Amino acid sequence: MSRLARNPIMLAFVAILALVLIGSTFAIVPETQQAVIVRFGEPQRILNRYQASETFGGTGAGLAARIPFLEQIVWIDKRIQSISMENQQVLSTDQLRLQVDAFARYRIVDPLQMYRAARTEENLSAQLQPILGSALRNELGRRPFAALLSPERGQMMDNIQNALNRVARQYGAQIVDVRIKRADLPDGTPLDSAYQRMRTAREQEARSIQAQGLKQAQIVRAEADAEATGTYARAFNQDPAFYDFYRTMQSYEASFVSAGTAENPRGRTNIILSPDNDYLRQFRGQRGGGQ
Amino acid sequence: MRGLALFFRETAPIKTCMRRFFGWVLSDNRGGPWGSGGGDDGGDGGSGGGGPRNPWGQGPRRRKPGGGTENITSLDDFLKRSRDRFGGRFPLGGGGRPYWLYGLIAFVVLWMVFTSFHRISPQERGVVTTFGYYSGTMQPGINWSWPAPIGRVQVIDVENIRTIPIPGGSGTENLILTGDQNVIDLAYSVRWNISDPRLFAFQIAEPEGTIREVAESAMRAVVSRVSLDDAIGAGRAEIEQNVEQVMQQILNDYGAGIVIRGVAVSQSVPPAAVNEAFLQVSAAQQQAQSDLNNARAYALQITARAQGDAAAFEKQYAEYRLAPEVTRRRMYYETMERILQRVDTTIVEAPGVTPYLPLPEISRSRPAQPQPQGAPAR
Repeated sequence: MSRLARNPIMLAFVAILALVLIGSTFAIVPETQQAVIVRFGEPQRILNRYQASETFGGTGAGLAARIPFLEQIVWIDKRIQSISMENQQVLSTDQLRLQVDAFARYRIVDPLQMYRAARTEENLSAQLQPILGSALRNELGRRPFAALLSPERGQMMDNIQNALNRVARQYGAQIVDVRIKRADLPDGTPLDSAYQRMRTAREQEARSIQAQGLKQAQIVRAEADAEATGTYARAFNQDPAFYDFYRTMQSYEASFVSAGTAENPRGRTNIILSPDNDYLRQFRGQRGGGQ
Repeated sequence: MRGLALFFRETAPIKTCMRRFFGWVLSDNRGGPWGSGGGDDGGDGGSGGGGPRNPWGQGPRRRKPGGGTENITSLDDFLKRSRDRFGGRFPLGGGGRPYWLYGLIAFVVLWMVFTSFHRISPQERGVVTTFGYYSGTMQPGINWSWPAPIGRVQVIDVENIRTIPIPGGSGTENLILTGDQNVIDLAYSVRWNISDPRLFAFQIAEPEGTIREVAESAMRAVVSRVSLDDAIGAGRAEIEQNVEQVMQQILNDYGAGIVIRGVAVSQSVPPAAVNEAFLQVSAAQQQAQSDLNNARAYALQITARAQGDAAAFEKQYAEYRLAPEVTRRRMYYETMERILQRVDTTIVEAPGVTPYLPLPEISRSRPAQPQPQGAPAR
């Protein structure tokens, strides 16, 4: 031993050997990972398996031991992961096309099953992705376009989730949630025709607003006219005969004295009076008056 | 080299600064601050002939002799001594312990100090894992944990409210279908922070991406239940609130440890392609309003005038009733007077045509009319 202590190279060699041995015997299983211990390709046991009821701190995470060099650890994520489906065209029952992006969130709840069926996580998500697409297409293809924009959407998502879950279970995964991220009209004709519809709807609205405005304006004018008529009637009805005279006088003045121009302030009206005219009664020297 | 410096001096006497600079730079090749060989010590300091005179050139050169040699010597010395210590056999130092052991102990102590004590700022929490399992959350202040390979601390900023703008890139339209199958262009942002650092650290693989996807999904779900007019107008606050609720619900289902602080719709407009039609609507609204304004103006005018006329009539009538006959005649004569003053008047003795009043006025004021066309033809 003292010889060993005196030989630094030997000491370093032993230290490294010990470290390697410790490193390949003990492993730290973090909270975010599940571990499948595999011996010669045969899964032996699972560490830190997901349990729905557990809380962090009380899980199987921690220090784990294995037989060095014989057993390997396969790490499998314990967290919620996502797969997404980009830009699938979906045809609804009323032959409307939709551009759909969706995502599903899943968690590997049975790492052993997952390891057997898919080996790696990349494999799993590659397997689930097309299934998400087909589940979505099947479900949306059974419904009219309008259903996608209605509260029924929740039910639809549940159906998709169930369909996807049936498949995911074979891979030891559990679908937490399926959601449609975007559902758009595809570019080109469908979008253009939607725009056209919006445009015409707006034009219709614009015209109806204009017509309403005109109608309101007309009503306001008519009411004002009626009110004026009422005012006139109440006043003039006190003595219709006097009104007739009074108004005639005003009218004569207004119509005979037509507005002259600046050069010729006198109007262009000529009045030809007969001497019999009442106005000229005194002019003729007669007395008395023919009223 | 010196020749070049002289060349500069002769041909460009004006550019003194330039010459000096070049002179200095070029002379560096020969005896710069770092260029000097060991054997050149001292010789350079005295070289006055063609050497540069600028103060910057002198400074570093003075420092060179002596110092460099001394340093090299001490470094050599040091290396030599070190080599002696670590060479071939394993020497025991003066105190009976090898130096490397001291170094190792110092390293381990430092390592433990640095990885065991953690300063957590007021806005942060530290999620501690011991051998991988969660063993506690550090509160702000100085905290202690096991040293590094055993205990690990993930410091998470929980108070900082983060903002995710959607859509991420600017200039792109984020088209969303509304409940009445119209399309709007919506931009919004989600503010969030962390309510439970433990869940946040362990539960979800990509928290930020998850929030973004959940936000998009929730926004589309909510907008698909409102009409276009609500979405671009009055319903915005409600949309924001609903999206916030839906998002929070989903994230709670995930157990994400995230709290949504708010959703703010920054832009909710019709797509650019149909914007013109929407502008027409507001133009129509303006038009309708101005029509109505005109009508109201007319109404005020007409009723006021009616009231004025009626009032005038009533005043006259009140006076008229006191003396009907006289008033009537007075009004008649006054009116006639005003009229006849201002028009050409002709008085005709019936049945002939005998002008009493100036007849030429007629021909003056009437422009010469051509003969009626029909008369000769008949």
